[in-house]
Parts: sequence; structure tokens; C-alpha cells
Amino acid sequence: MVTYVFLAAAALAIVFGILAIAHRSPIINVLSLVVVFFAMAAIYAVLGMDFLAAIQLIVYAGAVLVLFLFVIMLLNIRSVDRLGSGRRLQAVLGVVISIAIGVAAVLAIATLTPANGAVAPGSGQGTAFPIGRSLMTTHLLPFELVSLLLVAALVGALVLARKETR
Amino acid sequence: MLGSLWIIPLLPLTGFVLNLLLGWLKARKSVVNVVGIGSVGLATIATYWAIIDYLGQPAKVVVEHYFTWISAGKITVNAAFQFDPLTVVMVAFVTFVGFLIHVYSIGYMHGESDTSYARFFAYLNLFMFSMLILVFGSSLPLMFVGWEGVGLCSYLLIGFYFDDEYCAASGKKAFIANRVGDVGFLLGIFATFAIFGSADFTTFLPAAAAHPQQYAGWATAIGLLLFVGAVGKSAQIPLYVWLPDAMAGPTPVSALIHAATMVTAGVYMVVRCNVIYRIGPAALLVVAIVGGITALYAATIGMAQNDIKKVLAYSTISQLGYMFLGAGVGAFSAAIFHVVTHAFFKALLFLGAGSVIHACSGNQDMRTMGGLKKIMPTTYWTFMAATLAISGIFPFAGFFSKDEILGKTFAAGASNLNGFGWVYYILWFLGIAAAFITAFYMFRLVYMTFHGEFRGTEEEKHHLHESPWTMTLPLQVLGVLSIVGGLIGIPKLMTGHASWNLIEHFLDPVVIPLGGGHAGEMAAEISHHAVSPGVEWLLLLISLSIAISGILVARSFYYGERAFEKPRQFAERYPLLYKLVLNKYYVDEIYGAVVIQPLYRIFRFCWKAIDAVIIDGILVNGSAFMTELTGDILRFLQTGNVRNYALSVAMGVLLLIVILW
Amino acid sequence: MNPTMIPIPSAWILYLSAVLFVIGAIGVLLRRNGISIFLALELMLNSANLAFASFAFRFAGQGGHAASAINGQIFIFFIIAVAAAEAAVGLALFIAMYRRKETIDVDRFNILRW
Repeated sequence: MVTYVFLAAAALAIVFGILAIAHRSPIINVLSLVVVFFAMAAIYAVLGMDFLAAIQLIVYAGAVLVLFLFVIMLLNIRSVDRLGSGRRLQAVLGVVISIAIGVAAVLAIATLTPANGAVAPGSGQGTAFPIGRSLMTTHLLPFELVSLLLVAALVGALVLARKETR
Repeated sequence: MLGSLWIIPLLPLTGFVLNLLLGWLKARKSVVNVVGIGSVGLATIATYWAIIDYLGQPAKVVVEHYFTWISAGKITVNAAFQFDPLTVVMVAFVTFVGFLIHVYSIGYMHGESDTSYARFFAYLNLFMFSMLILVFGSSLPLMFVGWEGVGLCSYLLIGFYFDDEYCAASGKKAFIANRVGDVGFLLGIFATFAIFGSADFTTFLPAAAAHPQQYAGWATAIGLLLFVGAVGKSAQIPLYVWLPDAMAGPTPVSALIHAATMVTAGVYMVVRCNVIYRIGPAALLVVAIVGGITALYAATIGMAQNDIKKVLAYSTISQLGYMFLGAGVGAFSAAIFHVVTHAFFKALLFLGAGSVIHACSGNQDMRTMGGLKKIMPTTYWTFMAATLAISGIFPFAGFFSKDEILGKTFAAGASNLNGFGWVYYILWFLGIAAAFITAFYMFRLVYMTFHGEFRGTEEEKHHLHESPWTMTLPLQVLGVLSIVGGLIGIPKLMTGHASWNLIEHFLDPVVIPLGGGHAGEMAAEISHHAVSPGVEWLLLLISLSIAISGILVARSFYYGERAFEKPRQFAERYPLLYKLVLNKYYVDEIYGAVVIQPLYRIFRFCWKAIDAVIIDGILVNGSAFMTELTGDILRFLQTGNVRNYALSVAMGVLLLIVILW
Repeated sequence: MNPTMIPIPSAWILYLSAVLFVIGAIGVLLRRNGISIFLALELMLNSANLAFASFAFRFAGQGGHAASAINGQIFIFFIIAVAAAEAAVGLALFIAMYRRKETIDVDRFNILRW
């Protein structure tokens, strides 16, 4: 059951991932990405990471990507450039290097000892309670720093997007 | 005061710092006088206080340890002062003569601006500090600190009028010549550390004395190396060339540094390390030979000089030669005795010459002097006392000390010292010849300067005057000392009591007896019975009559109606010889051609070829050019297109993965 | 741990992560539109998140390292937070760029060069 869910979600994520970067319509891109994020949320869920599955949906799919949509509509972008248009050398090298990195990653993963590779889904460690306690105790300082970063980003975004007045 | 000797050098050091400050503040001369002379005066009082303390206690050698100066591996050098008979004799005259010359400088330097006046006294104070460190230091490294300190002050004071190119060049010459010697001195110190593990006088000297045979070879090497330093500092052949040019400094400086104190540091060092020289007889012989030859050689140059200070400079070199001759025959107390009497009469001669120069508006050429006897009686009579002393006339100071050195040299020949008896006979003869010439050139100087008619311009004649009391008082004090100073070393021959020879008796503890039945033990000591009293009397009469005949020759040459006639005839008859002597045997020119020019060419090559082309051109500018060129090419990577940058980052990631795998 | 569930190998998740990463990288390197680049960047971030999730369980599963499971998720949590901040600033930047040149084609913003 878990295996099937995972395989289905993985297939969905790859197909819509390609769509998200390849399609010329930005709206389709964003919506495809939403599908990818949903698939990932499913994977988190079957792995027992309930909390992550939730914020993946709420923060990413619900907030960040909606923000993208807003901006696309605000700038009224109807279609974007074709994938790989423009500089040929950049395009060829980009594909080659990206695939090389992927091959390297796959090779690296393949050398991992499979005996320890079993994932135990639903281990009960993925609920909001242990994560929230950890954030308030062990990781309190990075947590506070992230809140500071968010405030700074907020202010920075406001300043950057403001209409310049002379 | 014994127990806190550090106060003594600290006083002039304080004076130095304060005077620098006063010069900066442009303080009035009276304030500078109080600081500059007060500090040295207090140091003199403290010194005599310490001497009285020392005489009132039983220990022969007092070492005061202050702190550890250097501690590196097995080597430890302490900042410590040593007070023993040799130190007593040295500081006694260094502080006292130094004080008198400070007083004299008030009158001599009064024409300077307030700033240079303070600077002059600051340097003099610094010199006193360094000289006291040199004498007090209880180890070779500490002595070397003072040794370099006096060298620095010598440089600063020779070049006191540094806006005059000759003065500045003379200062440099002195400094460089001394550096040559210092290389040897430093090597000697290193060798001492290597062989004995310590350079404290109270450690390595007794160690060497205890095993004379074991250390004989090394002692010879160390002795010769240290003597190279002494040759530089005390202006002996072949490094003497700086001293005549050092006369470019103000006259009190010549009196203090280049006559009475600093230049005798080499003699002091040899006497201090006498054990090393006694167990390494070859080094001792070299000291004697260099001293003897220098004594005669410098005296011959002195005969033909016309600059009053140059005559005295060569005379100083010659007298220093006597001192080394004395040390080189093992007559260490005689050498120090001559150091002391020489300090009195040579300081007096320089100060008298300074008084004359002061009267003649800075003119130093004796050919345009003459007849000053009537105008400057105090200067004349004190000068005469010093002249008689240096000429070796009984009972003036120089008679006793010089005669003792010559007598010991003859005795060394008679007792066949270290098997080199014939060498010492030759050296004795050189000494006697030098004594004759000394008497001659000194009276030549006196006759040309003080007798006859004044040969300068009318304007100068109008300006002639006796010097102020601040100048004549030191002259008078030194005059008295030049007359009676020899009485501290009356030979046993005259009184029949060995103990009446105060200085020899007093300095006995400095000469540490050698142990181990060394063959040189007997040889290195002059047999006291080698010369019978009859011969001693004869030697005494010979040197006395030689001196008197020198005076008489000078009188016939330079005094009376037919003055200057015979010298002129002499010069016409032997033009080559005359020119050779007049031009100081062309030694400066020879050094210039043999040493300086080749070095100059090498350095010029280094500058033009190595520095300018290879270092500046290829290495410095070349690397700059390569950087620029590389930058010119690589800057096109900076495309301004963020996608290119992203691609570079991806390449970097790939590279990292490959490397880290 | 629930033993009734059939485990999946953690390597599978890592393979998925690698594939998504390559897709994202190609998108970043090949697209010219700023917003498209940004979308691809989000994809890359999420592939990294997947890897973290995989490792969190990989090491927690060995026993004795219960904290590893939590720490891995904390990482993902922070990455999401940073990605949100980055998206806010980045989109604001594109708005500013668009005001200036009426386009967000990054190839046309290349005056900061040699």
C-alpha cells in the first residue's frame, strides 16, 4: 500500500515537475508545481511526517505559490520564452551539467548500504507535538533567527516593491 | 653606594632624556647646564662614594646582579655590574675627566643655538651612560652594549655639525671602521659562549685560568677575535683611519671620546680578558706587535701634520699603541697606568687645543698661529705641562707610565717571553724611536702655536683672547693631574718599596694566576729578575735623554730666528719622503682603491643589475604585469548575465562532488 | 514504529529527490524569465527537502537516534521558512525590475559586467 502510494506520488511529481519548468504558460507552470507539492505532501504523509505534510500544503501550495500567481497576474505575463531559447551554449552546457550532477547523485545513492535503508513509516515522530517541543527547546535560537529573517524579508520586499518617489 | 651601582649610569641616562626634552622645548642654556653637568657631577660623586665603600670592605670582586637579560637554551646573560680594582681605576678617571670636560663644554659651546646646545649635552650624557655600562658590565655581552653605545655617541658627536658634508662623512667613516672591528668582537663573544658556555668575567676567566693547556688553542682564537674589536675601537693598524677624521667633531668631544675614554676601551678589554691572552701566547704577541708598530707609525705621521687637532689625533693613536704594547708584553697594570695618565694629559692637550681654536675663531691650522703664549698664559702653561708629560720628562705623569711600558718590553725581551725575546727587543726599539718622535712633534706643535709671532690675519689677531674660567678651570685641574698623576705608579727602582707603586699593587687581583703547571705560566709572566737595577736605571736614562733630544731637535727646527728653515730644507732634500709622510702614507687612498672602490662597484652592480633589473623589473613589475594580464583576460568571465553565473555555480557543484567523492 | 506497514527503501526517496533536483536545475539554467527561474528554484529546494526527510528516517531507523528524525524535519521546516522569505524578496525584486525595463527576462539585465 505504502509502496503504491509512493510510486504514484513519485510519478506524479516527476511528470508535473517537467511540466512546471517546460511549459510556456506561467500559469500552467505554477499550477503544475502545486501538483508536485501535493505529491510531495502525500509522500511526507505516508512517511508519517504529518506536520510536514500539513505545512507543505498550507505554506507552499497555499501561500507561496499563490504569491507567485499574484505576481504573474500583476505583471500580466501571458507566455514565457521557450525552454532553452536564446543562448545555445548556455542551454547545452546547462543540460549536460545538470544531468551530470544527477548521475553523480544517483551513483552516490547507489553506493549507500541498502541494509540500513529501510524507512519505517509512521514512526510517531512526525506529529506537531515533538517538532514543536524541539523548536521551543533545542532549536529555539535558530527558530527566533528565522522569525527575524522573515521580518527582514517582509520589510525588504516592501522597500523593493515600493514605487520610487522623487 | 656599593650595592646600588645601577644609580651611577642611570644619572647620565636621566640627563640624556631630560636634555632631549629640553632641546625640544628650546630651553635656555643655563637649564641645560644644570641638567647636563649636574647629572654627570652627581654620577662622579656617586662613583667616588662607591670607591670609598669598596676600599672599606674585604671582597676583591663585587658583582651586583640585577635581572636576567637573555635566557636562551643553555646560555644565560645577566644584567649585572662588576666592581673590582680594574673597574675602580677606570670609573675613577672616566667620571672625573668626563665631568671636567662637561664643564669645559659650557665655555666652548656657548656660541651654539639653544637647541644644538641641549643636543650636544644630551649626546655627551648618553656617552657617559654608555661608557659606564662598558666599564661596569660584568660580561662580554653587557660590555658590548656599552661598546656599541659609545660607538653610536661617537658617530653622533663627530657628525654633530651634520649639515657640513665632511663632518657627516667623518661620522660615517668612524662608524663603519668600528663596525669592521665589531664583527670580530661579536665572533669572539660567540666563541666564548661556545667554548666556555658563559661570557661572565667571573665565570669564563677563572675557568680558562684553571685549565690553561686545555684552552690554549681556543684562547688564542678568542683573543685574536676580541682584539679585532679592540683594533677598531682603539684605532690601531689597520683600522686607525677613522680617528684622524673624527676630529671633525667639536673639540670637547675629541678630548672626551677620542682621547681620554672611548678609545681606551680596547685596552680595557684586553686587560679585562688578560687570562685569555696569557694562555694564548700568539694572541698576546699579536697585541704587542700591532701596538708597537702603531706607536711608531702614527707618531711619524704626526710629525708632518699642520692641523693642531690632527697632530693630537695621531699622537693619540701612537699612545694607544704604547698601551697595547704594554698589554702585549703582559704588563697589564702598566697599560692601565698609561691609560690613566694619558687620559689626563691627552684630555688636557685637546682641551688646550680647543682653547686655542676658540681664540683663533675656529682656525685649526698651526701655520697661521704663533705667539699665543703672551695672550693665553693659562692655556700655555697647562698645555706645556701636558706636553712635557706626553714627551716623558721626569717627573711628569707620562714619564712613569711610558717608561714602565718600555721597561717591561725590554724585560720581556731579556727574559725571552714565550720564546719571542728578539721580537720584544725590536718592539722596545720601536717604542724608543716613537718616544723620540713624540717629543719632537709635540714641541713642534708648542713652538708653532705658542712661540714666535702671530701669523694669522689682523682681524684674527684682534680677536685673540684667553678663554673663560669654565674652560681654564678644567685645564688647570688636568694640568695638576698631568704633573702629579704619575706618582700613583712610582717604580720600585726609585723608592726601593714595591708597595709604593700603588696602581700595580692595586691591580694585582685582576691578573688571575694560571693553574695546572702550564709551561706558559712562567713564560707569560715577565721574570722580575731578568733585568738588573743597573740596566733599569740605564733604560730610564735612555728614554729620558731620547725625549730631551727630541725636544732639542724640535727647538732647532721651529724656534727662534731661523724657525721653519731646517724643515723646509729637509723637505726639499727628501721630497718623496716628505710627501709620503705629509699624505699619511696614502693609506686612505690605498684603502679607497683596494677596499672601497671594489665594494662600491659590487654594490653598484647589485643596485643596477640585480635590484633594478631582476628584483624591480622582473619580480616586482613582472608579477604586477602578469596579474594585470590575467585580469584582462579573466574579466570577460564577468558577463553580467546571471544565468552564466548560475552555470558556473553548477559547474562548481559538480567539481566539488567529483573532488569529495 | 508500526511493524504492520510495509517499509519502502529510503534510497527510492533519494532517487526521486535526485530526479526532481535535475529537473529544477535544468529549469534554472535554461529559462530566461525570472519567475520561471524562481519556480524551478522552488522545485530544487523541495528536492532537497525530500532528501532530508529520507535521511531523517534512515538514521532514526537504526535505533538510539530518535532525535535524528526530529532534527531532519526541523531542517525542512527551516528551509520552508527561508524559501518563503526568499520568495517574498525575489518577487519584490522582479516587480522592481519590471518597473524599470517592462520585462523580467534576466538576459536583458546584464549591464553589471566588465
